[in-house]
Amino acid sequence: MDFFLEVLIGGLLAGVMYSMVAIGFVLIFKASGVFNFAQGSMVLFAALTFVSLLERGFAFWSAFAATLVSMLALAWAIERGVLRHLVNRPPITLFMATLGVSFIIEGLAQLLWGAQVHGLDLGIKDEPLELGGVLLSSFDLFAAGTAAALVLALSLLFSRTRIGLSLRAVADDPLAALAVGIRLQRIWGVVWAVAGFVSLIAGLLWGARLGVQFSLSLVVLKALPVLIIGGFSSIGGAIVGGLIVGASEKLAEVYIGPLIGDGLENWFPYVLALLFLLVRPAGLFGERAIERV
Amino acid sequence: MFLSETGQFSTRYADDRRVFRLHQARLGIVALLAFAYLAVPLWASDYWLSAILIPFLVLSLAGLGLNLLTGYAGQLSLGTAAFMAVGAFAAYNFQLRIEGLPFLASFLLGGLVAAAAGVVFGLPSLRIKGFYLIVSTLAAQFLVEWALTKFGWFSNFNPSGVITAPPLSVLGVDLSSPAGRYLLTLAVVTVLFVVAVRIVRSDLGRSWMAVRDMDTAAAVIGIPVARTKLLAFAIGAFYSGVAGSLWAFAYLGTVEPHGFDLNRSFQVLFIVIIGGLGSILGNFLGAAFIVLLPLLLSNLGGSLLSGIIAPGDTENLQKILFGVLIILFLIREPEGLASLWRGLRARARVWPLRD
Amino acid sequence: MSAAVRPLALAADAPLLAVEGISLSFGGVKAVTDISFAVRSGEICSLIGPNGAGKSSLLNVINGVYRPQRGRVVYDGVATARITPRRAARSGIARTFQNVALFKGMSVLDNVLTGRNLQVRAGWFRQVLGLRAARDEADGHRRKAEEILAFLHIQAYRDTPVGKLPYGLQKRVELARALAAEPRLLLLDEPMAGMNLEEKMDMSCFILDINRDFGTTVVLIEHDLGVVMDISDHVVVLDYGRKIADGAPAEVRDNPDVIAAYIGSAH
Repeated sequence: MDFFLEVLIGGLLAGVMYSMVAIGFVLIFKASGVFNFAQGSMVLFAALTFVSLLERGFAFWSAFAATLVSMLALAWAIERGVLRHLVNRPPITLFMATLGVSFIIEGLAQLLWGAQVHGLDLGIKDEPLELGGVLLSSFDLFAAGTAAALVLALSLLFSRTRIGLSLRAVADDPLAALAVGIRLQRIWGVVWAVAGFVSLIAGLLWGARLGVQFSLSLVVLKALPVLIIGGFSSIGGAIVGGLIVGASEKLAEVYIGPLIGDGLENWFPYVLALLFLLVRPAGLFGERAIERV
Repeated sequence: MFLSETGQFSTRYADDRRVFRLHQARLGIVALLAFAYLAVPLWASDYWLSAILIPFLVLSLAGLGLNLLTGYAGQLSLGTAAFMAVGAFAAYNFQLRIEGLPFLASFLLGGLVAAAAGVVFGLPSLRIKGFYLIVSTLAAQFLVEWALTKFGWFSNFNPSGVITAPPLSVLGVDLSSPAGRYLLTLAVVTVLFVVAVRIVRSDLGRSWMAVRDMDTAAAVIGIPVARTKLLAFAIGAFYSGVAGSLWAFAYLGTVEPHGFDLNRSFQVLFIVIIGGLGSILGNFLGAAFIVLLPLLLSNLGGSLLSGIIAPGDTENLQKILFGVLIILFLIREPEGLASLWRGLRARARVWPLRD
Repeated sequence: MSAAVRPLALAADAPLLAVEGISLSFGGVKAVTDISFAVRSGEICSLIGPNGAGKSSLLNVINGVYRPQRGRVVYDGVATARITPRRAARSGIARTFQNVALFKGMSVLDNVLTGRNLQVRAGWFRQVLGLRAARDEADGHRRKAEEILAFLHIQAYRDTPVGKLPYGLQKRVELARALAAEPRLLLLDEPMAGMNLEEKMDMSCFILDINRDFGTTVVLIEHDLGVVMDISDHVVVLDYGRKIADGAPAEVRDNPDVIAAYIGSAH
């Protein structure tokens, strides 16, 4: 039983990491209806930039600041260079554009910083912590704590600030928001910037966990099943979805893996999401679109 | 002047339904086919045949498979490479385990197995719409890649998981030379493209487009939406599967499951976006683009910019360029190169007058 | 005679369509409450009422797009609580929509040809093989489509992608697609919305011709009361999801409840 709990909690904590990437997706989707396939590459870019700056002698917080600035610049460039020109297009076009963006970001990242794997040390010792007879990774706990802080900050942003109010208005009904004078482009810029910030946090944590390398964007693609299970338009859903994916992936790896072979985690979350969708086509928290004819 | 339609009008509906209605177009296609079948094998170098023309043809076919599913029927798929893999490995196993099975039959059977896989991963489309559907083909992509690597039976227990093409011969004629493989690929591609054109112009093609454009309305006018979608998956996967077999046997000679990874699926998706969704010609245009651009870049990189850009960087530049081109196309020419071509033709119709 | 429509011997005065006690709500919002009326074969019946009265929802119930919480629809002698849109199409019901539901990626001719899909005998496989029967049948469907295009005066646009046509022409194409199915019952949702006087006159003539020449029963939703009074045999008035009048145009026009609903005094 203890072992099961350990695996479960380990999975849940890993799931928190997935959630963080998913939150970036949700922010952008909620505000602009764009499914940002480039989110993964943004996470990678953030991690790579940070690590390379560190290696070139920057101090931790200056590297953080510099990376944040470059993420904001990236977000601004995406909004200005790509999204602005695709305003009224069907969602599939927007999706494919973000696919193109992800290619650009990955190519650029590799061009600038090279293709080697970098280790990332955030100064958090990954010592096992014992809580109630169960062994937990202190790194994972730190990550969970960071995620909680992030979510708290975001909810405060959305509910207590004027810009948060505008963000929610735009998410709800862009046309109505325009009608009351909200500057759509500015809001989108803000959203992408916030998403960039979230990517930075996620990138740092993931980078520390796995090392900063290209397979990071593949791992991060798993945010998609998270979103599907949790629904695309809810931060709460992103969290719950992440927890579910993380936990089930770990459990499957440990309990089903020995039966049919290892490497299950490559496809298990997707099949899980698929099964989920068959039962609930709009995800756990997603909104069911009523088609008006 | 050259493409003028003066004096050429159809008097029967059957004439109006022809693919090549104009005299000039018919002449053109005959000339093109003659060139492709007769001139090219005689004059093209082995390099051109093996490294450019064969992959160009195979990728056109793979693009066609995806185009039928996504461009015509509107079902987004990120699993093309998985269907290609299924086709390739199935064809390999049929060829291996059934004594004396003709090559083309194993391609056909491989395609049918891929079609079955297509139906299985297409079933969710009956309940799930829009984006969420990509998770089904993504699941296919990762699952197939994993299964083909994990279970050695598929690659006949080859320790590195690689399958090697047996010598290609059709009706006793040995086709393993570059020219032979080229002709085999060209023949298969020609036949399958002709069939695809006919399908797209039939009631099934119209049903696909109806489901793509508005599936609730399609149901209201009596179109069997479920059957239509599953046929799209089946036929699209069949085409991808045959392309996979050709990729393995006529192009590379050996292939491993990771040759059909997510990047390959993206590559085919780009062919279809750049070439034009919902177009037959577009697949050729997109494939030509994808095959020739890297060559162009590495040649340029080699000669002109050799001082400025390190050789390893050309791949990254390529990636960036692809991304930029995708976005440019989506912004300026969302219907791809095919619509550029249609525009040119429209202007040519009235040339030297202007539209 | 197309096999999609079952030729059923109805009793001489039995209605082709009878809506019985239909109630429909979305979440907590009641669209229509306890609606009943009957439409005789061969008549033109208009559904009128202020905006939001539930008219489109009712049409959607009749051809199966929405499932009512209560009540049933009796069509051609067969009572169903729930029918799928496809079943409805196969039993000879065709319709147009308020927001033109055309296939924007296809040409006018192709859109109309999709309307023929239920009449197709030699399926796509035989068409791909190029069999003689399929080719001849394709000619027949094309001929029929051309007749409809000529009837609605839109032959010149046959190869134009419908997305490029102006709204009024799109509505005609949608009507053409519905006619291509050779329906017994035609449901038209605001066929004249957004049209000028001339276009409305044309459309009215088309509807009358369809009714007289093909014998098609028509149920239409329309806001222009002048048109309604001119072409209808039968008028049903809805307000706030309930039926407030049902009868010949002249009776309905003088009904005080109807007048109040439109001018707004009773509420």
